[in-house]
Amino acid sequence: MSAPVLADLEVGQEIGSREVVLDRARLVRYAGASGDFNPIHWNERFATEVGLPGVIAHGMLSMGVAAPLVEEWAGDPGAVVDYQTRFARPVPVPDPGTAALTVTGVVGALDPEAGTARIDLTVALDGVRVLAKTQAVVRLA
Amino acid sequence: MPVNPEYEGRQYPPTAPYAVGREKLREFAAAVGSTHPAHHDVTVARGAGYPDVVAPPTFAVVVAQRAEAQYIEDEAAGIDFSRVVHADERFTHHRPIVAGDELVTVLHVDSLRERAGITMVSTRCEIFAAADDGNPGEPVSTVLSTLAVRGEDT
Repeated sequence: MSAPVLADLEVGQEIGSREVVLDRARLVRYAGASGDFNPIHWNERFATEVGLPGVIAHGMLSMGVAAPLVEEWAGDPGAVVDYQTRFARPVPVPDPGTAALTVTGVVGALDPEAGTARIDLTVALDGVRVLAKTQAVVRLA
Repeated sequence: MPVNPEYEGRQYPPTAPYAVGREKLREFAAAVGSTHPAHHDVTVARGAGYPDVVAPPTFAVVVAQRAEAQYIEDEAAGIDFSRVVHADERFTHHRPIVAGDELVTVLHVDSLRERAGITMVSTRCEIFAAADDGNPGEPVSTVLSTLAVRGEDT
């Protein structure tokens, strides 16, 4: 797939979508890789004691797993110059079981002067958004 | 103890350098599912003009949270982690982080806003490449983060 060209893009155009399946092992792996060992992300007893429905995914994991869609579309991970989100709802990850996130990206805005496109991402669990205002700004040729 | 308002506007001295390792970037990329070869394959990364493998866009959180710990783990700051949820996060990359970088971070407590018993704690990490003398050099990334801290139960 060739890299997208800014002048050929239109606002509203979809860049793609994918499903990301999270299980407890994935949370433990992210905890180790990121250094975020908050027990609400791996300890059911602790999570319920602080009022959660159970173990929840790191917000930063939900944000992190949405980025590869943009990186691969851009063809260059270093092209993502800005990336932001709000954490709208927790993502419970049952055991046994999984939580399947759907990630969809559309072109939200174009800035020919800066040479950037803003990609607006939707990250949802069972049709309900778990992240809000998820925007990646990508520098393109 | 409530969030201590006296910390608003505080700026911390630069952290000790964080050495960005190639295997650490590969491990983090695998954890978030970033399979693009520029995260994993040095030859591909160099072919794309980078000195070494490139960090995923959210990797800077690993560097930022070490700096944020100076504030969050300070008992006098009044951040009770059992009452905290992550509200928002933003990364602005002035240039990509790559393996081999030595990064120093300056933490700022930008604002503490209380509303309906919840304090929104906004911090900013300015991440720089360490200069030869260990001081902040070239700007690399800016990381904005907001925590929502619930007040004491009444």
